[in-house]
Amino acid sequence: MQIDWQSYNSGAFHDEMIAGPGMPRPIAAGLAGYLASLDERALDEKKLAARLAIKTMGISFTVYSDGQNIDREWPFDLIPRIISGREWETTRRGLEQRVRALNCFIHDVYNDQKVFRDKIIDPALILDSVNFRPQCRGIEPLHRVWAHICGTDLIRDEHGRFMVLEDNLRVPSGVSYMLENRRVTKRVFPELFENHEILPVTEYSQELFDMLASLSPRKQAHPEIVVLTPGIYNSAYFEHSFLAQRMGAELVEGSDLLVENDCVYMRTIGGLARVDVIYRRIDDLFLDPVAFNAESVLGVPGLFGAWVKGNVSLANAPGAGVADDKIVYTYVPDFIKYYLDEDPILPNVPSYRCCNDAERSHVLANLDRLVVKPANESGGYGMLMGHQASAAEREEFAARIKANPRNYLAQPLISLSTVPILGETAAEPRHVDLRPFILQGADSYVTPGGLTRVALVKGSYVVNSSQGGGSKDTWVITGAEDAVAGG
Amino acid sequence: MLSRVAERIYWQTRYLERAENTARLLNVFSNLLLDLPDRTIFGWDDLVRITGIGESFASQYQTADETNLARFLISDPCDVSISTMLAMARENARTVREVMPTEAFEGINELHYHIQSTAGQAAERSARNEMLEEIIENCQRIFGVLAGTMSRDAGYAFIRMGRALERADMVSRMVDAGARKLFALPDADPAAPGYAETYQSILWMNVLLSQSAYQMYRQHVRRRVNGEDVIGFLLHNEEFPRSVNHNLTTIRKVLPKLPNHGEVASLVARARRELEKSRAAELAEHALPQQVDDLQIRFAAIHDAIARTWFLPKGGK
Repeated sequence: MQIDWQSYNSGAFHDEMIAGPGMPRPIAAGLAGYLASLDERALDEKKLAARLAIKTMGISFTVYSDGQNIDREWPFDLIPRIISGREWETTRRGLEQRVRALNCFIHDVYNDQKVFRDKIIDPALILDSVNFRPQCRGIEPLHRVWAHICGTDLIRDEHGRFMVLEDNLRVPSGVSYMLENRRVTKRVFPELFENHEILPVTEYSQELFDMLASLSPRKQAHPEIVVLTPGIYNSAYFEHSFLAQRMGAELVEGSDLLVENDCVYMRTIGGLARVDVIYRRIDDLFLDPVAFNAESVLGVPGLFGAWVKGNVSLANAPGAGVADDKIVYTYVPDFIKYYLDEDPILPNVPSYRCCNDAERSHVLANLDRLVVKPANESGGYGMLMGHQASAAEREEFAARIKANPRNYLAQPLISLSTVPILGETAAEPRHVDLRPFILQGADSYVTPGGLTRVALVKGSYVVNSSQGGGSKDTWVITGAEDAVAGG
Repeated sequence: MLSRVAERIYWQTRYLERAENTARLLNVFSNLLLDLPDRTIFGWDDLVRITGIGESFASQYQTADETNLARFLISDPCDVSISTMLAMARENARTVREVMPTEAFEGINELHYHIQSTAGQAAERSARNEMLEEIIENCQRIFGVLAGTMSRDAGYAFIRMGRALERADMVSRMVDAGARKLFALPDADPAAPGYAETYQSILWMNVLLSQSAYQMYRQHVRRRVNGEDVIGFLLHNEEFPRSVNHNLTTIRKVLPKLPNHGEVASLVARARRELEKSRAAELAEHALPQQVDDLQIRFAAIHDAIARTWFLPKGGK
């Protein structure tokens, strides 16, 4: 096959690369022209090169195995997604603003609770949340930051505008895919990197290290930073190991750590070594069997107490998840105004809160046109896609909403933007989202671009890798091409 | 370095080395027995003894013949089969990938998968020989990658110690097996003059082959292969990298890389003194097997001290 943009049609959806048949957007013109210039043989060679690159690295993905040691193919699409540097600059500021406001909110919830007194949000919505940790009341983490690593999911609507879909503040994953995608693309299209000014993503691990180092309670040249993993059978273990390796940090399991006199130590061949900062990749409730879930065998007894005493930093802090909730999400624009006295740079997807009587009535009357989500589930579980659901399914969902209105919110179905993927016989449009990663410690940092997830199945909106989703390299392009795009 | 990581690197290496040694043993046994006319003197049951698998083997199989032993030592899901050892090596390697060169992990991973898919043919002789060769080659390659690309840090010290201890142990078992046979030789048979001598020669040649030592031995000892020289070579030679002496030296040399190595160092020194005693006792009948037993007890003590010192550091409630 050879790519022919004339026959590429994304229909009513906003396509990020091709404006209409045969008309690449200015920012993507170079890439589109290059791809169309490849004949069948050259294109096949590129595909093969990508497959080989993935296979070589693919060995790293054998650990994605549910204990079954199955090699899962890494679903990657060759065609990079392009975002203009100018547009990204605004988005980046919007993301930083958002995470700043979220951290102010979390700190307020666990300390003064001004947000309740000033009636910005109903306390019941927060204090009853499964992610609220009463144990964290009165704690003041360094820099007053609770959510140090945030993965915010963005989508573009039918006009191509970025909107925030959700904020992941507990243990967001996927950043290693972002880094690996770039490595593959560099191997396959080295020539494109010469002709485009693509913002590098590789400094993420250094930025992460610096951010974590800024959290060290002991002021010393080389704070001891560790990555705490639930272990090899966790599906994100590859990422834990990858990040530890890139940062030169120890990758520890709960059993490697112990707490004495409210300080955390790891067991090393030279004896016990004091730990300053823990990048924990396990959930709050499993961190410490003394403070939280007594059944947890992953955690470290006394860890929470050491954190409360300020002898160790945890990233993200316990309790940060209180803001990782789809109902709280609907208040983030209000928080930005309230805490920062700024206008939100990035809009939310319009949302209806089922705990509000008027909004709930609207939702129940329009179930066939809305997407209904539970407040506290992740990974796309327990959702109702109104337009696809049967009458019976909608009725059942209506009953659930009435029984527990706090737990649901509804959004109109957004016509997600598309980008081309390399299909069997042609380039075809598919829906995408974007997960940039935002770091906040003493300073803040946003990845240029982020992880693009793509629904490989035609027409599908589901980008999760367990359900037919794949990923793409994401290029934020600056310089001359950007000027063309802007002008 | 985390204690857990040190422990897993050490075990990964021991399993890998043990898999390679088992492959060598099986390979050599197949050839040896083809050369020996009288299987009553030396047979597959000796392999059961050398590998120390007596009870677990007997619980699975009635007779110690070629097919059963090949299955048991290559493909069975028992503790001592090559496929189990490679799986264990990989399981340990998987959890310490961040401290090892990627290529080494990939090598272990590939070897594991390869043997998982081919181990079923273990009973068939020609497929088996090829498989055993592959295992030996791949293990050599993995150690080559480690030697060529890994920093000489604490992690590498555990690799070298694990390998050295495993080798010393296996070589001593081979010497033991050979020595026991040597003293159990039948008296010269008037009907078959020269038989005992031929038998001895074949036996010791194969002991050497099992350790890839034949060629080096030949360069070192320029006379007909005989028990006394072979035992001396495998136990005491300084230069040959599989000899007990050389491997104890290896452990002694890496120790300065590790903290708190006093106890292990003194146990290694004691094992070396034990080894010296066996030099004097060499062909004193029955004394050698006893000496080898003592040596093996020393090796076990070194292992225990390694575990005590670095894998289970003090502290904690």
